Amino acid sequence: MSTQQTELKGTVKERAQLALNNDFLRQAVKFTTERLRSGKLKAAEEHGNWEEWRERGRQIRLHTIAHLDYYLGEFANNARENGVHVHFADTAQDAISIALQIAKAKEAKSAVKSKSMVTEEIHLNQALQSIDCEAIETDLGEYIIQLANETPSHIIIPAIHKNRYQIAELLSEDAGEQLPPETSVLAGYVRKKLREKFLQADIGVTGCNFAIAESGSIVLFENEGNARMVSTVPKTQITFMGMERIIPSWADLEVMATLLPRSATGQKLTVYMSGITGPKREEDGDGPEEMHIIILDNGRSLQLGDPEFQELLNCIRCGACLNACPVYRHIGGHAYGGTYSGPIGAVLTPALKKNVAEWDDIANASSLCGACYEACPVKIPLHDMLVSLRRRKVEAGHDHPLERVGMKGFGTVMSNVKVYHRALKLGKLGQKVVVRDGGIRTKIGPLKGWNSHRVAPSISKQLFREQYGELRSELDQQAKAADPAVAARMREWLTGRDGGASHE
Amino acid sequence: MMRLLARYGIVLEFPNVQTCCGQPAYNSGYWKEARAAAKTIIHAFEDSDFVVTPSGSCAYMIHHYPEMFKEEPEWQEKALQLQRKVFEFSNFLVEVLGIQDLGARFPHKVTYHPSCHGSRLLGVKHEPMALLNNVEGLELVPLPFAEDCCGFGGTFAIKMSDISGAMVAEKAEHVIETEAEVLVGLDMGCLMNIAGHLRYRNQPVRVMHLAELLYEGVSYSDEHTANRA
Repeated sequence: MSTQQTELKGTVKERAQLALNNDFLRQAVKFTTERLRSGKLKAAEEHGNWEEWRERGRQIRLHTIAHLDYYLGEFANNARENGVHVHFADTAQDAISIALQIAKAKEAKSAVKSKSMVTEEIHLNQALQSIDCEAIETDLGEYIIQLANETPSHIIIPAIHKNRYQIAELLSEDAGEQLPPETSVLAGYVRKKLREKFLQADIGVTGCNFAIAESGSIVLFENEGNARMVSTVPKTQITFMGMERIIPSWADLEVMATLLPRSATGQKLTVYMSGITGPKREEDGDGPEEMHIIILDNGRSLQLGDPEFQELLNCIRCGACLNACPVYRHIGGHAYGGTYSGPIGAVLTPALKKNVAEWDDIANASSLCGACYEACPVKIPLHDMLVSLRRRKVEAGHDHPLERVGMKGFGTVMSNVKVYHRALKLGKLGQKVVVRDGGIRTKIGPLKGWNSHRVAPSISKQLFREQYGELRSELDQQAKAADPAVAARMREWLTGRDGGASHE
Repeated sequence: MMRLLARYGIVLEFPNVQTCCGQPAYNSGYWKEARAAAKTIIHAFEDSDFVVTPSGSCAYMIHHYPEMFKEEPEWQEKALQLQRKVFEFSNFLVEVLGIQDLGARFPHKVTYHPSCHGSRLLGVKHEPMALLNNVEGLELVPLPFAEDCCGFGGTFAIKMSDISGAMVAEKAEHVIETEAEVLVGLDMGCLMNIAGHLRYRNQPVRVMHLAELLYEGVSYSDEHTANRA
């Protein structure tokens, strides 16, 4: 698999342009995100108490992350008692080294994988291939992406940017025969092919949706059954998890199991939900003989104690913010340039790298509409975090020089009304060259972007602030007595407020 | 807005020292510059009992003031005082004044775009509906995917102009789909964005702020009453 898509190439603007010019991609992404987000809205409505459960979910995540050291310790101890080898990896490279060591010790020739974003984050497939261990993705979407030599463009629907005709082409090439663009036939082909791979594999690699501290178990949510195959057939299992995947108890899982599938796909529950507590025991019919869990930091702990970003660790990777995002809908996931895309990716990628300057322009790819926050099952204020990223970039002196000049000017003009009035006067004078029929259509200078899609309004000949005096005296002349009901309500508000109540 | 409020005996003052709420600088990460603008606004409205804004986005921005002045407690206190008395226009009419029916008549097909900051983040949702539903003769057609952002986002429309352009094009498609004569909203930024795009495409949809629509509606009613009398 190539790493080309996960490395930054050009600016987000340039990457977005590729997507905006790709009608197949835009149609495919729009179609699926629309289906997922309406499914989510319907599921939340049918649930009945969605907002209360959402708040409960948030509280569980806030509590867990605030005591992450405690729960991680509890989890690791319990998992070890269950016979699991638990490894902690500070960096992506550490995680890779641990995995390769295991694979080498087992003389592994192939590894089957169920979906895991963490393994995408650390580029596990390339590493395994470098020691001649074939890595095979077994999630249908991931399998397609692997064939295409691409990276996932969505957290839960990796091949969201492809339509079924493109998928049929890819799979036909793989099969060496022409397959029809019918979902059931295509899925049937992959299922048959993967059966053999499951049986041959030396290692099964899984991700982890939740890790239960009280019993040292991992929980996987999936719809295809491949994660269950991956975690039962091969003799060795390696599970990768971000260090923040922890929840304290099985009781907490009830809340998460209510929130995650509904937010992700609109399902009440995924087709399979597996809880795995250690390797195969004597009485078990199947399961791995050896089980490893690699717990990855890779920048996550940098968020701990950061008041603006700690809540990032609350994310349960449902993808709801991607489906709700009007920007993601038009540019897809690859434009974000990182493993994680959409609003969560726009914040997570720079936050994990602690290198705001390098990743800065991703934070600009948002209109700050707040749809991500509204969709989030644990209420992460992503729109505020995007502003914080932009602010830190400016404070670190990595802003664009032209923008800095503009904003300094803004500060000067807006802090003094006399300067403000002079600026308006100047604007009125200056615009005379370009105004036609009360609108500005020229595409020069700063107006290029705006006017490539719109007509800009001109500054009114007489501004409201210039009309105010006249209007005021006109209204004063016909002055009406205050409406008694209205006046009473206003007094009531004022009294309530002076009593300390806010209008919220 | 001023004329509408005058009908209930409310005088709308316009402190001439006010400038901009500072949102463009705040959203771009220039908090120092945003604070400079915020101080001007705080100062301008120190003596007002209520502050009414025609754009939900500006009202929402004022909710960020206290956080911006974390290190200046004196200003933070002033910011909190302002936050408590600032209202988006429709919210002020319905929640504070208790007015839902202005006796307006506006016999046109109208669709409504709820702007993100006003509706989603400030929570002004039922107020515009109540006001529009009480306008006689007005046919309110639902806007498909109404809650989706129109792509304005302030400096976003300049910095990421092509993404923003794709978003406003989609919004305009939905507006045109409704076959409404009028698009009404509660945020001047979004309305300028959508109107600019509709004009770019030579679409005849009229774009109005709710206050404009209501005022035209009450003027229409007034004339008819006068004619009958």
